[in-house]
Amino acid sequence: MNNTVTDTDQIASINIDQDKPHEQTVEEIVASLGDTVGETRVDNPKMSCTGVDVFYADKQAIFGVDLDIGENEVISMIGPSGCGKSTLLRCLNRMNDTIPICKVTGKLTLDGDDIYDKKTDPVLLRARVGMVFQKPNPFPKSIYENVAYGPRLHGLSRNKADLDDIVVTSLKKASIFDEVKDRLDQPGTGLSGGQQQRLCIARTIACSPEVILMDEPCSALDPIATAKIEELIDELRENYSIAIVTHSMQQAARVSQRTAYFHLGKLVEVGKTDDIFTNPRHELTENYITGRFG
Amino acid sequence: MTISLLLLLIFILAAAAYVIGRARALSLARQNSDRRALHSLPRYYGYMTAIWTTVPALALLALWSIFESGILTSLVTKQLPEEIRLLPANQLALVVNDIKNLAVGNISTSASDPVRITAADNYNTLVAKAHWARAILSIAAAIAGLFFGLRSITLHKRARVFVERSIMVFLIACSCIAILTTVGIVFSVLFESLRFFGKVPFTEFVFGLHWSPQTAIRADQVGSSGSFGAIPIFAGTLLISAIAMLVAVPFGLMSAIYLAEYASPRVRAWVKPLLEILAGIPTVVYGFFAALTMAPWIRNIGESIGLTVASESALAAGLVMGIMIIPFVSSLSDDVISAVPQAMRDGSLGLGATKSETIKKVVIPAALPGIVGGILLAVSRAIGETMIVVMAAGLAANLTINPLEAVTTVTVQIVTLLTGDQAFDSAKTLAAFALGLMLFVTTLILNIIALRTVRKYREQYE
Repeated sequence: MNNTVTDTDQIASINIDQDKPHEQTVEEIVASLGDTVGETRVDNPKMSCTGVDVFYADKQAIFGVDLDIGENEVISMIGPSGCGKSTLLRCLNRMNDTIPICKVTGKLTLDGDDIYDKKTDPVLLRARVGMVFQKPNPFPKSIYENVAYGPRLHGLSRNKADLDDIVVTSLKKASIFDEVKDRLDQPGTGLSGGQQQRLCIARTIACSPEVILMDEPCSALDPIATAKIEELIDELRENYSIAIVTHSMQQAARVSQRTAYFHLGKLVEVGKTDDIFTNPRHELTENYITGRFG
Repeated sequence: MTISLLLLLIFILAAAAYVIGRARALSLARQNSDRRALHSLPRYYGYMTAIWTTVPALALLALWSIFESGILTSLVTKQLPEEIRLLPANQLALVVNDIKNLAVGNISTSASDPVRITAADNYNTLVAKAHWARAILSIAAAIAGLFFGLRSITLHKRARVFVERSIMVFLIACSCIAILTTVGIVFSVLFESLRFFGKVPFTEFVFGLHWSPQTAIRADQVGSSGSFGAIPIFAGTLLISAIAMLVAVPFGLMSAIYLAEYASPRVRAWVKPLLEILAGIPTVVYGFFAALTMAPWIRNIGESIGLTVASESALAAGLVMGIMIIPFVSSLSDDVISAVPQAMRDGSLGLGATKSETIKKVVIPAALPGIVGGILLAVSRAIGETMIVVMAAGLAANLTINPLEAVTTVTVQIVTLLTGDQAFDSAKTLAAFALGLMLFVTTLILNIIALRTVRKYREQYE
């Protein structure tokens, strides 16, 4: 494994072992980062990761992550590009299964059950742990069909009236119903970017998940649409556990109760959002949130 | 001077024009001691001069070639003796043909006729003169164009715009050639068909139930009055195409789904080319296979369960044709399925759909327009296919929907009609054009219907 880091600026800013910067491997840097700082565990975990390693072929992307996602909590994952936060998120509902070279080791649980156990059906898992993607990806179907897709798959409705009810409720919960109620039969791809993303959230809610994973849900949206989604995330917290990957530190500060900072596949620091942003304990976290690199 | 030498000369001139034009633009710029005083880059002035050199010369050459033969013929005819000139048009054409044959050294029966020999010599001299005139004129046009191009080079000449526009005109001309050819084909078929409908009523052709195109060659010939009802052969075409599509669409689509969604890259790298080899087998070979392997096999099976099977059956031809078409459907569908964005699949999988649910409910609907496009292409291929049917389905125009009987198709009939020994203006031969026209109209209507349907039901992703 010779994953030599060539980005010398980054190594300089990491500021460790500057005698021979070009021979440092990712493994060595990660080892030098030390143990995760802060509280990885919470009192009432919904999901929890213990010693999670992720490999793409023989390249390691995640190094021994321990992290809990609490009930009715929003946890944001921040860090520079390529730090593994999206990879970890995709492990939580086994979306990485679709990538043949990806290998996950360690223990990930949902309500105490191992989600990588042979007996766990990834299809059922994904119904319980929904996902919202970076780029809004509504199906090229009508708005109604987009939301009804999940309930139909999982047989959540007994009849048409039931299904109508689920669709309307989900759209209302995603605070998009008022904007689309007159055109439920129009294609979902005809909506604006922000509306599409809220439609995707409605689509996820319609499967009645327990956890919602969001992978940079606002990165393709303008500030007004972003504000709406952030407001929505705050409302959703009452009923769901939410993990959100974001590049915007303001967003992390606004929506989340806990924040986890990743670096090169290692969870560097995790703790209450207020603490992280006002009083970071690890040097790298401080550098990142003060904008010194990233 | 031969035409290829002439073309070579013109292109050498064009190359020279490029160099000179560019040099002139550069020297203009140097006089102004600022290279940016020129409107365009120097090479565009070179291109412009080259265009002015080639285009008028080539246009002249093309026009000359189009009109040369007509003018020369009329000149030669004028010098023929009175009695030959006053012959009916078609006999005169024969004489002129003789003269031209003599001129190039093809000795025919009437070679001894001194009138024709003189005329042939006369023709040869004329041709030689004409070629010299052609060479001189086109070289002159090229040089004139070169000087015109050079004179037009000034600091403010918008040479880049000129070159860009010339490229656009060239592209338009290329696309016009394809369109004009299509129009030409349609009209040639249309006029011959109109001649046919002068002999056989349109309604009889379109609604007639009996096809037997043998017409009498001599007045005293027995039987063979000819009847031109096209329904049986269109029914045969549709029957065979339908059987072929029943084979090709499911197998092609399923293999496309496997290749695009399930196969590992290694399997895909092997299977896809193997499947496409099917498309490379000549249709004659498929014909052998259908006639010598498939047809007897179907016959044996059919008879063992007590069915009457013709030795040449629509089923044999249709099945083999279907196999031939599989790669069309699979290859095109594979491409459009692979083109559906991964985000669609992720969205569906993220909602807890299984892989097959995702394919069925999201991927295929999104890829539908392309899939239908591939199927349409396959249908056109099936309708137009001739060789397999000639060999495996026979020539008998039965009006039947029983796939175990022998039927014939439009294309097979066109082949047999045109390879007969009939006079070209007989109803039998002209029927081929009418069939061609009908076939063209049928496929056109099929395409329009299918495209409309797709536009209505497609689910478009960005």
